Amino acid sequence: MRDIHEHTAGEDLIIKTSVRLMVPFIQVFGLYVIVHGHYSPGGGFQGGVILGASFILLALAFGMKTSQEYMTVGVNAVLNNLGPAIFIGVGVLCTLFGGLFLDYSALDKLIPLGPVEWRSFGIFLIEIGVGVAVMSIMVLLYWNLSSGGSMDEGL
Amino acid sequence: MKNLALLATLVTGALLLYGTKDFPAWGDPQDPASTYLSPYYIENAVEQTHVPNIVTAVLGDYRGYDTMFETVVIYCAGMAVLSVLWRKKEE
Repeated sequence: MRDIHEHTAGEDLIIKTSVRLMVPFIQVFGLYVIVHGHYSPGGGFQGGVILGASFILLALAFGMKTSQEYMTVGVNAVLNNLGPAIFIGVGVLCTLFGGLFLDYSALDKLIPLGPVEWRSFGIFLIEIGVGVAVMSIMVLLYWNLSSGGSMDEGL
Repeated sequence: MKNLALLATLVTGALLLYGTKDFPAWGDPQDPASTYLSPYYIENAVEQTHVPNIVTAVLGDYRGYDTMFETVVIYCAGMAVLSVLWRKKEE
């Protein structure tokens, strides 16, 4: 059992090199999908999945420890909670400035951009929250399920 | 116990299928969603939100609650897996 683990831990030069080349482009594409959701198909869910997949690819090719050097377990735990907190925080902020929950046009009193522009920008803010949550929770699910919960070595 | 669960699943499934009998036909131009809800979004979404992609406008603004609880569902899934599987190292 132990032997199989040691030999499958991504010692292949071709896989390592191609993953090293691909990961930065995958992450830029994931950010593009989140940011460009206003103009083309995309948004927080899709872009978050692409960003999470880049970390999972890193863990598959180089081992779980390497992926945890780029996103530590602590940072992952913070991002898990930060994503929904951004979303709900924007909604609560709207109520504090006199609007309904998630009525972004109320935020015009905070920074005067115009109520219609704020509805556009509010959608962008919540898409960031969704993207952060989906990315970190994808990685968390992979770490836990592939290592049986120990989060140190797995696939 | 297993048979009871199977029975509950079958009864619930049959009730849900019976409920779909009253739905309007798929893509029916006369159903309520097509007669006033969709035209409202198509006519007003761009000028009310300045988002050229109407899907994003509906998802993020008109249906903000739905998207918020989708995020909460994903959060709950992550926390459920974490609470069942995660354990500290033995050393």
